[in-house]
Amino acid sequence: MTDELPRTEAAADALPVAGQPLLRIEGVAKTFGTFRAVDGVSLDIKAGEFFALLGPSGCGKTTLLRMLAGFEAPDEGRILLDGKDIAQALPHERPINMMFQNYALFPHLSVRDNVAFGLKRAGMARADIATRVDEMVALVKLEGLEKRKPDQLSGGQRQRVALARALARRPKLLLLDEPLAALDKKLRENTQGELMELQRRLGMTFIIVTHDQEEAMTMASRIGVMKAGKLAQVAIPRELYEAPRSRWIAEFVGDINLFDGESKLRDGHRLVIGTRDAGALVVAEPREPLGAGKFSVAIRPEKVKLSRRGPVSEAGRETAINRLDGVIADICYLGGTTTYKVKLDTGGMVQASVANSARLDVDAYSLNQHVVAWFTPDDCVVLPS
Amino acid sequence: MSSRRIFARPARFAAIAPYVWMVLLFLVPFGFVLKISLSQTAIAQPPYEPVFDLTAGWEALKAAFAALSIDNFRLLGSDDLYVFAYVRSLTVALTATALLLLIGYPIAYGMARLPKRWQAVAMVLVIVPFWTSFLIRIYAWINILQHDGLLNQILLALHLVSQPVVWLSTDTAMYIGIVYSYLPFMILPLYATLAKMEPVLEEAASDLGAPPWQVFWLVTFPLSLPGVGAGVLLCFIPIVGEFVIPDLLAGSNSLMIGQTLWLEFFTNKDWPVASAAAIVLLVVLLVPLLLYERLQKRQLEQGR
Repeated sequence: MTDELPRTEAAADALPVAGQPLLRIEGVAKTFGTFRAVDGVSLDIKAGEFFALLGPSGCGKTTLLRMLAGFEAPDEGRILLDGKDIAQALPHERPINMMFQNYALFPHLSVRDNVAFGLKRAGMARADIATRVDEMVALVKLEGLEKRKPDQLSGGQRQRVALARALARRPKLLLLDEPLAALDKKLRENTQGELMELQRRLGMTFIIVTHDQEEAMTMASRIGVMKAGKLAQVAIPRELYEAPRSRWIAEFVGDINLFDGESKLRDGHRLVIGTRDAGALVVAEPREPLGAGKFSVAIRPEKVKLSRRGPVSEAGRETAINRLDGVIADICYLGGTTTYKVKLDTGGMVQASVANSARLDVDAYSLNQHVVAWFTPDDCVVLPS
Repeated sequence: MSSRRIFARPARFAAIAPYVWMVLLFLVPFGFVLKISLSQTAIAQPPYEPVFDLTAGWEALKAAFAALSIDNFRLLGSDDLYVFAYVRSLTVALTATALLLLIGYPIAYGMARLPKRWQAVAMVLVIVPFWTSFLIRIYAWINILQHDGLLNQILLALHLVSQPVVWLSTDTAMYIGIVYSYLPFMILPLYATLAKMEPVLEEAASDLGAPPWQVFWLVTFPLSLPGVGAGVLLCFIPIVGEFVIPDLLAGSNSLMIGQTLWLEFFTNKDWPVASAAAIVLLVVLLVPLLLYERLQKRQLEQGR
C-alpha cells in the first residue's frame, strides 16, 4: 500500500538544489494599523519537513501562514519558494495549498466536486481528474461518500474532505491552519497519526499552525515557537522541551517548576544558584553564559522524584543532588500519572509528576505527608527571564 | 402530557392566525374580484351585473350564478391591447429586474465586505430614501429629467451634448425611475445572503487556483442564489403591476398592464374586464413564485 502510491511530482520537484531550502522566509513583517502582527521573521524550511508554528493566539502564526498562502502580502521581507520570490504573488498563482481551520468546504458542491475543484482550475483532463479524485478519496478513506454534500458529513469526515481537497493538486507545500482544532480528543489523536503517516508517504512538506503544544510535539519534526510576532525558538521537539531558550518558552511548552534566582556561585564546574523559594540549587552549566539580567532555575515536574527519605548517594560534589524537604499539599490523579504539589519547608511550591506504574497505590503519597523532592543538576536548566 | 397542555390553546390560535389573515385579506377580496370578472358591465350602481342579492331568495341566486360567464377572459385573449400590455409589462419587468441585479449585486457585495460598523451606515444609506414619499421622489425625477432639468444642464455643461436631450416620456426615464425606486428591494436580500457567507470560502477557492472571476462565478454567486431569488421576486412581481412610474415617466404610446387596468376601471368604468385583467395578472405572477418555491424546497432537501 505504501509503496504503490506514487511519490508526488511536487516532492520530486522539490528535491533540494544543493542544500537550498524549499521555503525561505527572509525578514518578513506585516503590520495591521499600528499592530505589528509579524515582526521580522526569518526561517528556512527544507523539502519533506513537517514543520509546526506554535504559539498562543495573537502571536502572528496565522498571519505568517496567510502570507505563505498569499492572503496577506508582507510589508517587508521576501518569501522564496524554490529560490523564487512569491511574496507578492496572488494565492491562485502559488503552488501552495492550504487546509483551513474550519475546513471552508464549498457547501454547494459534493465531496467529489470539492476535491476536484482545484484540479479543474489547473486545467487537468477530465479523465485524469476522475482518477485523481478517486485516489484522493481513497487516501482519506471516504469511499462511498463522494456524492454527499458537506453538511451531510460528520466533523471528522469533513476534515478528511478538506485534507483531500488540499492535497489533490499535489502542492509543493501544504499549509494546515489548526487542522484538528474542531475534532474531539480521541479523533484528534487518531488523525494526528494519520496526518504524519500521510506526510511521510507523500513526501510532501507540511507547515502546521497550532496553539496546542502537544499536537506540535507529536506531529512536527521541527517546531517554531512564536511570541508577539517574532520567532522565539526554532528547534526539534525534544530540544524545545528540554532546552527552552527562555523562561516564557519553558512555561508555554509543557508544565514546569520555576525558581527565581537571587545569587550564583561557581563551584568547580557546577553552578550553584541561590533561590528564594528553594534554597541553593546545583545546576548544570548553561549552554550560553548567563548575562547580567534576572534568571531562574527550571525543572520539569516529571523529573522531580519524590521519596519518603532523601536519596542515599549525596555528599560528594560529582554526584550532587538537589533535595527539597516538604509536605504534600495537593494531589491530582490523572490516570497515567499523578501530579503532587509539594509545599517546601523553604516556602516555595514544587510540582512532581509521578507515573502510576502499578495498579495498586502502595507507593502513593497522601496529603500532608512529609516527602523529599529531589532531582539531579542535569535535569534542571537555568533560563534568563 | 403537561408540556403539551402548556402549548395547547395559544399555540393553536397562533397557528390559525395566519390563515384567518389570508382568508380575510386575500381570499375574500380575491373572491369579489373573481366574481366581478365573471360579470358583465352595466350602467348601474355597482356598474356590473348580475348582483348577488342574498335577500332575494334561492331562485334569484341560481339565476345570478347562471348569468356569470367567462366572456371577459375571452376578450382579454382576443384584443391585442391587453396582450401587448401583458407582454410589455413582462418585458419591462424582466429588463428592469436584470438592470437591478446588475447594479444591486456589486453594491450589496461591497456592503457585505465593509468593516462591520460601516455596514450599518451603508444600510441606513440604502434605506434613507424611504423616509421621503415615493411620489415625491418620482416627481423629483421628473424635475431632474425635464428639458431644462439638472441632468441636461450637467450634460450641456460638460459638453457631452450640444442641445438638451429628451428624457421625459421615454422608456429610459421609466427605467431610471423603476431602478431607482426598487434598488433597496434588490440590495437588501442580496446583502443579507452575502453578509452571511464566510469570506474564507472565497479564499479557499482562490487557494485552489481560481482567479478572481472564477471565485465569483463558482463560489460567491452560486452561494448567493437564495438572495438573488428573493431580490428578483421582490422586484419583478411589483414591477409587472407597476402603474405610477410608467404613468409619470414613460410615454403614453404603449401601456403596461397596471395602466391598462387603471384605464378600464376609472376611464372606461368597465370593472368586469379590469377584474379579469387583474386575475390573469395574478395567475401570470404565480409562475415565478412557484418556481422560486420549488428551488427553495430543493435546496432545503439538499441541505438535510
